[in-house]
Amino acid sequence: MGEKILMKGAEALGEAAIKAGCRFFFGYPITPQNEVPEYMSKRLPKEGGVFLQAESEVAAINMVYGAAGAGARVMTSSSSPGISLKMEGISYIAGAKLPCVIVNIVRGGPGLGGIQPAQSDYFQATKGGGHGDYRMIVLAPSSVQEMVDLMGDAFDLADLYRMPTMILGDGMLGQMMEPVEFKERKPIALPPKDWATTGKKGRGKQNIINSLFLIAEECEEHNFELKKRYNEIEKNEVKFESYNMEDADVAIIAYGTTARIVKTAIKRAESKGMKVGLIRPITLWPFPEKVIAAAAEKVKAFLTVEMSTGQMVEDVRLAVNGQKPVYFYGRTGGMVPSPEEMVAEVEKILG
Amino acid sequence: MAQEIILAGFGGQGIMLAGKLLTYTGMLEGKNVTWLPSYGPEMRGGTANCTVIISDEEIGSPIVTNPSVALVFNNPSLEKFEPLVKTGGTLIVNTSLVTIKSKRTDINIINIPANDIAIELGEVKITNMVMMGAFVAATKAVSFEGVMDALKKTLPAHRQNLLPLNEKALKKGSELV
Amino acid sequence: MKKVFERPKSLTDVPFSYCPGCTHGIAHRLVAEVIDELGIQERTIGIAPVGCSVLCYDFFDVDMQEAAHGRAPAVATGIKRVHPDSIVFSYQGDGDLASIGTAEIVHAANRGEKITVIFINNAIYGMTGGQMAPTTLPGQKTTTSPYGRDTEACGYPIRISEMLSTLDGPAYIARASLHDPQNIVKAKSAIRKAFQAQVDGLGFSLVELLSTCPTNWGMTPVESLKWLEDNMIPRYPLGEYKVIEGVK
Repeated sequence: MGEKILMKGAEALGEAAIKAGCRFFFGYPITPQNEVPEYMSKRLPKEGGVFLQAESEVAAINMVYGAAGAGARVMTSSSSPGISLKMEGISYIAGAKLPCVIVNIVRGGPGLGGIQPAQSDYFQATKGGGHGDYRMIVLAPSSVQEMVDLMGDAFDLADLYRMPTMILGDGMLGQMMEPVEFKERKPIALPPKDWATTGKKGRGKQNIINSLFLIAEECEEHNFELKKRYNEIEKNEVKFESYNMEDADVAIIAYGTTARIVKTAIKRAESKGMKVGLIRPITLWPFPEKVIAAAAEKVKAFLTVEMSTGQMVEDVRLAVNGQKPVYFYGRTGGMVPSPEEMVAEVEKILG
Repeated sequence: MAQEIILAGFGGQGIMLAGKLLTYTGMLEGKNVTWLPSYGPEMRGGTANCTVIISDEEIGSPIVTNPSVALVFNNPSLEKFEPLVKTGGTLIVNTSLVTIKSKRTDINIINIPANDIAIELGEVKITNMVMMGAFVAATKAVSFEGVMDALKKTLPAHRQNLLPLNEKALKKGSELV
Repeated sequence: MKKVFERPKSLTDVPFSYCPGCTHGIAHRLVAEVIDELGIQERTIGIAPVGCSVLCYDFFDVDMQEAAHGRAPAVATGIKRVHPDSIVFSYQGDGDLASIGTAEIVHAANRGEKITVIFINNAIYGMTGGQMAPTTLPGQKTTTSPYGRDTEACGYPIRISEMLSTLDGPAYIARASLHDPQNIVKAKSAIRKAFQAQVDGLGFSLVELLSTCPTNWGMTPVESLKWLEDNMIPRYPLGEYKVIEGVK
């Protein structure tokens, strides 16, 4: 077992990426995630890697595209407005079947919004914020330790399925300090990157990284191939945490920072005699719809809590499919829901 | 058992550092811990505060609305956090700078002229350690040895010579409780 | 019988998709010949732009990445940083490089990114159907400047080579033209110097090639060559704009 160290979420993300073999980072400053590029600028040169502060988020994601196409484990990090700028590149990365990791430390929006924690980029992350028929694997840690653990998964999943993977955090997770342990990861079998542009080096055949298909039939076939991959991911890679669900009357669905506040709320609700559980999606895409559908047979109602005006709740409703009522409680723009507010919502539901 | 602590004062009073040290001590003593800073434009000077939770159980929310302990280093911090301290909780006041008197009667109030003591000891920068000493004595959330151990582990090599001074500050703070 | 002319090894056996009389074919050939002559085909990685040459990954027989519109210098940066020993070039038109991709080209040049940029300036958007480009000449008619480019409303043609040569990062910047054999020979020499500068690790290099677009200019290929000579060269003087010590 490794030693526990006290680290800021953003820095832990950086160290975890390096431990996962990431040697290339391209980014642009934006609050509240500046500790990630700062950390990478300090550490990567010492690991023989490259940190480059790009001229914009647009350039940064296209550098990621180049480096990923060249076969490297590469990452970029930003916060909401910056991620919007990266959406073009992310669509190209998805279209060209390239693996990379993108970190979004979400802040309040829309527009310039604010710099406090938010979860209002859920749609953008899970529904394909860029153009075209694509998906991204989206991982939502709720502690600094989980940020570390999921970073390793993010790179492996990206390489395994040749697609972009996003870690969706928020300002609070990025700024808070918790003890972390960098556990030894079991290496998994990954396909060789024999498609990467390295120079032909005697290989004979050219390697071409591309997302252009001018013939509609070929473009459709390409999309079907992507879809096949997405189906496989939906089947194999769903992750969630179930907490206190055994005899819960109300199931709260929440992710990330909000989910840990829910845990505090559940304890308070318990002391008032209410039975409340939590289903915490760890993968936001693929979404854990089966476990939610199964829970619908047991609980009286669902309450989705988000730091938004209601985004994930749509997926919860699809999963519940009308079997039970689905309520929503959200704070937004950088406001964080308190345990007291959540308990009050549960009280309302249970009448 | 959980201690939910807010430390607040001016930027530059070592608030964040004291919070981190406390968190680190808790971690070394095998507790679950979180440290959450206020961040944003206010971190460029002005008021600074951070929340530290030290708990035997898994920590849910890292945000605390009603702290069990508040260490206030200046007047604005007292105004902001004094009303929020839980009934039965503890308010540790740096009376060298805080001139407002708390009117709460349902909490334990500890007055420490921390700046004056630090100056007496020869280094105003250890004001935060005087306050920490009071905190440790009042709450027993962590041990003195733990704090000293954490300091030893976090002070860079060329600052290790400051350990005795920090120890004096801690002791002095605790003696006034 | 002795073979006196053949396809460069660094071009594939795929027919070009360019319009008759377009000078892209000449530019492709020159780049491929230089790659052959420098013996770098097996370690070269190219970046295709968005524009008429979007399909150039089908024509250059080297590893290629297709980039989003204007982003080729950023993509090239990513590749070069991963494979510093490779030779990385981007091939970009005037809409791609001088309009939507100005930030990327300026900063790649300013970083002295060790890449080579082939910049095709034909004063018009070709693929999208002849719209006004940042390099369109004053008074020049296009489908989005049907009364001629009005500099009062649309500003002036942008001189990329001159602009980038004010930066410290570039090692070699030159403008050449493809309108006659003599200039084509000069263009090849410039392209060769640009690639050689990268091989020698000297810094960023760019060659701007004045080119024709008979289709969208509404001229015959021969008229186009004449128009280029008479109208573009006065506005875009030929020559070397930056040559640092060591460039061969």
